[in-house]
Amino acid sequence: MSEYSWPDPATRPLLGKRISRVDGPVKASGRAKYTYDYNPDGLLAGKILRCPYAHAKIISVDTSAAEKMPGVKAVRIIQQPGTEIFWAGDEVAAVAALDEGAAEDAIRTIKVQYEVLPHFVSDAEPPKDVALNTGPLTQDDFEDLEDNQVPDEQVIATIKKNGISFKPSDKYLKAMQESGTSASVIQALRDAKFVEAATASKSPYKKTAVQKQGDPDKAFAGAAAVSEGLYGASCITHCCLETHGMASEWTGEKEMVVHISTQNVSGVAPQVAEPLGIPAGNIQVLEQYVGGGFGSKWGPDRWGMATVHLSKAAGGKPVKIMLERAADQEVAGMRPSGYGRVKIAADKDGNFLAWHSSSWGTGGMGGGGTPPLPYIFDIPNQHKQNVAIATNQGSARAWRAPTHPQAAVITMGAIEDLAAKMNMDPVELITRNLALTGKRADTYRDELRVAAELMEWKKNWHPRGEKTPGPVKRGLGVSLHTWGGRGHNSDCDLTIYPDGTVEIKMGTQDLGTGCRTVITIVAADTLGIPMENIKLLIGNNRYPVSGGSGGSTTTGGVSSSTRRAAVDARSQLFARVAPTLKAQPEELEAVNGTIRVKSDPSRSLSWKEACLKLGAMPMTVHGKNPDKEKPPDLTNSGVGGVQMADVSVDTETGIVRVNKMVAAQDCGLVIDVKTAESQVLGAMIMGISYALYEEKILDPVTGRMLNPNMEFYRLAGIADIGELKVHMMTGKGYDERGVIGLAEPPVVSPGAAISNAVANAIGVRVPFLPLTPARVLEALEQGGAHASV
Amino acid sequence: MKDDDARKPELTAGVTRRDFMKISGIGVAVPMLVGPTVIQVAGEEVPVHGPGKVPVQLSVNGKQLQAQLEPRVTLLDALRDTFNLTGAKRVCDRGACGACTILMDGKIVYACSILAIDAQGAKITTIEGMTEGEALTPVMQSFVDHDAQQCGFCTPGFIVATTHFLEQHPHPTADDIRRGLSGNYCRCGTYDGIRAVALATVGGVRTS
Repeated sequence: MSEYSWPDPATRPLLGKRISRVDGPVKASGRAKYTYDYNPDGLLAGKILRCPYAHAKIISVDTSAAEKMPGVKAVRIIQQPGTEIFWAGDEVAAVAALDEGAAEDAIRTIKVQYEVLPHFVSDAEPPKDVALNTGPLTQDDFEDLEDNQVPDEQVIATIKKNGISFKPSDKYLKAMQESGTSASVIQALRDAKFVEAATASKSPYKKTAVQKQGDPDKAFAGAAAVSEGLYGASCITHCCLETHGMASEWTGEKEMVVHISTQNVSGVAPQVAEPLGIPAGNIQVLEQYVGGGFGSKWGPDRWGMATVHLSKAAGGKPVKIMLERAADQEVAGMRPSGYGRVKIAADKDGNFLAWHSSSWGTGGMGGGGTPPLPYIFDIPNQHKQNVAIATNQGSARAWRAPTHPQAAVITMGAIEDLAAKMNMDPVELITRNLALTGKRADTYRDELRVAAELMEWKKNWHPRGEKTPGPVKRGLGVSLHTWGGRGHNSDCDLTIYPDGTVEIKMGTQDLGTGCRTVITIVAADTLGIPMENIKLLIGNNRYPVSGGSGGSTTTGGVSSSTRRAAVDARSQLFARVAPTLKAQPEELEAVNGTIRVKSDPSRSLSWKEACLKLGAMPMTVHGKNPDKEKPPDLTNSGVGGVQMADVSVDTETGIVRVNKMVAAQDCGLVIDVKTAESQVLGAMIMGISYALYEEKILDPVTGRMLNPNMEFYRLAGIADIGELKVHMMTGKGYDERGVIGLAEPPVVSPGAAISNAVANAIGVRVPFLPLTPARVLEALEQGGAHASV
Repeated sequence: MKDDDARKPELTAGVTRRDFMKISGIGVAVPMLVGPTVIQVAGEEVPVHGPGKVPVQLSVNGKQLQAQLEPRVTLLDALRDTFNLTGAKRVCDRGACGACTILMDGKIVYACSILAIDAQGAKITTIEGMTEGEALTPVMQSFVDHDAQQCGFCTPGFIVATTHFLEQHPHPTADDIRRGLSGNYCRCGTYDGIRAVALATVGGVRTS
């Protein structure tokens, strides 16, 4: 075993144990300072004037009155006259003033003339006569094809036929190649003809070419059972409790300090610097705590850049803009809707034969991404087609496990309905088809068994439609999920001081996932010292670059670079103290706060004594991920996961209650069981929330979001969650896979599992999430026959 | 209202709801004067503050704090922006989420839904006032032990609410918890841990 490998269970005092998060006390006492809390002397408050129309052209902007208002220090037009606005709430102008009240008053005096243009906000099922999209592929379109693992020859043919409307840079092509795009597809992009997007169709509907596998027509014709249904999930928002925002301060002619609520501390400076034409290295980016991101917080955004310009205009004074809740809900992130009409077929034994889906959804102007259908199961014969709908609303942002929750609702719903049609237990139907899940079949088999035990599935499950009397019906549902989660690029510096202090610097961020805790555990475990000895510094772009926290890549990345740095530091320290211990460096071990000889533990130095041997100067080592020079690969990609839900549905009121949910989840080597379980529990709760309550409701008349708040955009509360049980899959078969991220996978299944449980309870499918009382009652009334949406 | 009422801040602090109904009921325009003034409405004198800044005195965490604030400034914004007590968070800003929960005269309130001038004379306790130095209260320690926090943004509000709840319900049932802690939202989904805190921390004293 290489010395960088994760240690064996017998020799890891901290890894894989239950450890409280290291930033728990500072958060629990209210001392943790978030970007929203940044409040230096002289801070100016920024406010933004937003467009009230979902589609309009700015004719004129008159800020003269605002400039004369008391307390106003700077005014800036964000989008100039002549600009077309594509969603309500888009930024038009900004003001910085002595306090929020003064800034708000000034905003109200800005006069904007708009030419109001027709808008479109409906993501209802597209009409039948939508033409095939023959326009050039946007970057989104291309990435959709890749994300959905469309066969290379099809991707290449589409690129050749349609052309592309973006100019892929070498950097972009390299990144795509690194993330798995084949060389032939990269070459096709290089050779592709560039077509101006303006020549593309004006229709809001973009229909992809049919994707076909096998011979679906023949398979359906010969099937023993065919089930048809309608499934999907509405648009939801991220609703981070800390809204998006940024504060900027010019500390010199070309130097700035930026505080920003972001998932990507190391990546912000280049985005701020580029439009300003100043060196990115002149911008310091700081963030200690972030009040939720969930995929929505990356760059400076237009409001962040507004603080940059307002600060400049105000003589460099710090200017902070945090979005109001309404603006955050309307423009700062949403999860695309995803719906599908599905036909699925099996033979008499339940083996899946064929899949046919017509899917659609919206992610704002950009369409929103095609859910990977059928989810997880590679059904041999497939026919699928997607329509992306462009709507006039704030654009989609990555929402925890992008496209997977929608794909799970559509696929797992279809499978559950097929099981009901065949009078089969869905767990049995799924188990019969696990070979179609590929290399993770055994993981799913284990997890189905564990989850079924936690749920007492065999005892509690009944065939579709509870037959007992009374209006409240109870049912069970199941869903499977998957995610990648390979660790991102991460660098760190680990310094050992002669007094025994260990300091780690890394340009990462802790979104509440336990990133700080993971890094500290890995370092302390490797060095054999208590976690309290480690001083961890993150949240500053002056520290070694570490990747953005997206796609569940952080834990794998930061733990791997920390492990390599700590192993190297330990080796160097061994070399320094070996002569004192009259041993060779490789004969030493770092255990229990000592450096000692493995074969003779009585020959030892305390950690402090050992560090004194460094002399006057501290010692810094650098850790990296990935690092081919220092194998093995400590992180990996690909997890499974199974969840089951037990619900009660009141058939008179339509109210759905979750009685219980269980999760069996793998993520390779679990570094901290406690925070890992919290991730899964949190994901299940977030899932209950989007399954039952959350929906971004757009008004077709005004094009505006009707519930941009937190009383009508309802999150699940403590009363709504039922009993929750989590089982982390650990030990043999899991640990040796290395560290894999966990943030996304467990949030995929709750919607599907709850939807299936409701169908099992009441005997009909409620097609779309959230499963509101109105939708439940409608489904009961129609008896499951949904001719139209 | 009599002049000697001026010594009772709770009576002179802005326009009361009853006063406001009187004003709006008879359609008297509020004069746009700086500083507090008194107008005659329906035969009674009604004090009107603002719209300019007025002196405000707040009793927060045992200290008397003074500032010049516009009457429209909420207690939450005064605590956060003026006095730099940023533990209470502004999340929904309209009394739906509980992230700004603080104690006012021993009752839990949403600081976003109270004007600073109306909080004069009340004894205000924020999360900062619940600890001295770095020591945690038993409820805070229980949040750490049960990992009842992730991003932590809802946590201060939840801790104030949970502490008060446990004082009222030292031995809560699951149903008590469902009702008593429903005034706060968490986005990361930490309710399972918070439920465990409430069950394990009797009367604010940790028992497990």
